[in-house]
Amino acid sequence: MEKKEIPDAVPFRFEKKLKLWLAIAAGVGVIALLWAVFIEQAPASRIWANLWMNALMFLFLGLGALFFWTVNTLGESSWQINIQRIMESMGITIPFAVIFFIVAFPGMRNLFEWTHTGQLDRLLQEKTPYLNIPFWMFRLAIYFALWSFFAVYLRKISVKNDFEPHEKYLARLRSTSGWFMVIFAITSFMAAWDWLMSIDAHWFSTLYGWYIFSGMFVAAVAVIILITIAFKKFNILPNVNEEHLHDLGKYLFGFSIFWAYLWLSQYLLIWYSNIPEETVYYVERIEHFNSLFYLNLIVNFTVPFFALMTRNSKRQTTILAVVALIVLLGHYLDLWLAIMPGAVGHEAAKIGFLEIGLPFFYLAAFLAIFFISFEKAKPVPENHPYFIESSEYENI
Amino acid sequence: MGAIVYGHFTDEPDLLKAVKELQNKGIRIADVRTPFPVHGLDKALKYRRSHLPKVAFIAGVAGAVLMFYFQYWVFTEGWPLNFGGKPYFSVLSFIPGTFEITILFAAFAMGIAFLVRSNLGPGSIPDILDENVTDDHFQIILSEKENRLSETELSEALSATGALDVKHVNGEK
Repeated sequence: MEKKEIPDAVPFRFEKKLKLWLAIAAGVGVIALLWAVFIEQAPASRIWANLWMNALMFLFLGLGALFFWTVNTLGESSWQINIQRIMESMGITIPFAVIFFIVAFPGMRNLFEWTHTGQLDRLLQEKTPYLNIPFWMFRLAIYFALWSFFAVYLRKISVKNDFEPHEKYLARLRSTSGWFMVIFAITSFMAAWDWLMSIDAHWFSTLYGWYIFSGMFVAAVAVIILITIAFKKFNILPNVNEEHLHDLGKYLFGFSIFWAYLWLSQYLLIWYSNIPEETVYYVERIEHFNSLFYLNLIVNFTVPFFALMTRNSKRQTTILAVVALIVLLGHYLDLWLAIMPGAVGHEAAKIGFLEIGLPFFYLAAFLAIFFISFEKAKPVPENHPYFIESSEYENI
Repeated sequence: MGAIVYGHFTDEPDLLKAVKELQNKGIRIADVRTPFPVHGLDKALKYRRSHLPKVAFIAGVAGAVLMFYFQYWVFTEGWPLNFGGKPYFSVLSFIPGTFEITILFAAFAMGIAFLVRSNLGPGSIPDILDENVTDDHFQIILSEKENRLSETELSEALSATGALDVKHVNGEK
């Protein structure tokens, strides 16, 4: 087979220019927040809900990427080695997400009805053994301790293998990934109950954890795609070619369908059985957020399904980047629809300057941590035994 | 006229190398038969990409439309039943059935199209030149019709690439 000319890698530097851009983005976020607080004088619940939503999205991107990396490590796949460092560095943002959670804590009473439940609300009274602030905080601490440990530890082993390549590191990477998988299965589920489902505390759905997980995963894959394309463009990852994009596109395509499958499974059963305590969640959303409710489905399912169906579209940088961006924004909308109707109510909830501007601050923070982490190690784990295969493989 | 020359290889790299060598000499290869898919062979032989995805898409759309229409007909005209006061024509309740039949149609169409196109399946008569290709041998087949060279020249060219037991079959094939 003839070899394609691979240009030399440009070493990644977190340059001043990049820092300036991130500072501008962060400034937009801060202005949006100040504007909403002082000039627009938005209700407190809307501001807290926005801080909460962005903290969750910040965490989800890192967590989804860590999951993506561990699941590939556990499956001993070789294709992802060239983009593995992107996922590692995205995972490093998980410990920092706790800062944004702490920022949003004072707004708990605005977000969660169960924190100040009255004696008359028997349903919430009976849920207090699980939904009370000390236990909730305790669980949150546990989740973050576990996830942060895995993110940092896995990254450490992976970097160690660069300097003294040894089989034992790869074996440890694999076994640790397995443990993470088991723990993540339980904690991601419970975190979805604690942080999102308990906003509508009277309502419940048994597959809500999967639903949130699938959305998180798709959003993280979209971000991985966007970063991969950007790094490929600037020649930071010269070995990345359309094969890697093809595989990432497959994940985006497949898991968008998975998300839609879970969306439908949840909606269909609630619609069919038509029990008031279950339908309340959808009644609120369909009556007051009708167009956004259906737009959510179009953006997150119809667009990726038809746009990424053919082999060629997954291999073309422009199409893939546009679809990834649309899907990422779509999952912001999905999270918005999960939080706002319950936490803010239909009178005050809207998509204004705050909702559009504030994510830029979190994005800047995310990318800053990501770049600092990415700069510290080699852009590609060159000593990984699958590295050559990852640079040369082909999709049939 | 119409003679066929074929030779065997026992290793994939040898096969790929032989394909390249023959092509460099300007010899057209009629077919290569392998017991399992060989990476890079499709590209070396310059095969077009399979049309199977298109078959799957068309069959899937057909399945979706048919099943949707069938459910629409059953629940509004054929045998309307009242499920918990829902409207007879409830798109949402048709989605699982439509989804299943879409997949069923696409899967069956792909399987059948593959069998027909590859001359496999019940009733087909396989034209195997040597049964070893179903076991551990890789076979290159050259046709005299497609090349300007004579039968003996083809045999020599094939032997030169390291092919084992080069044989030829005469007659229309």
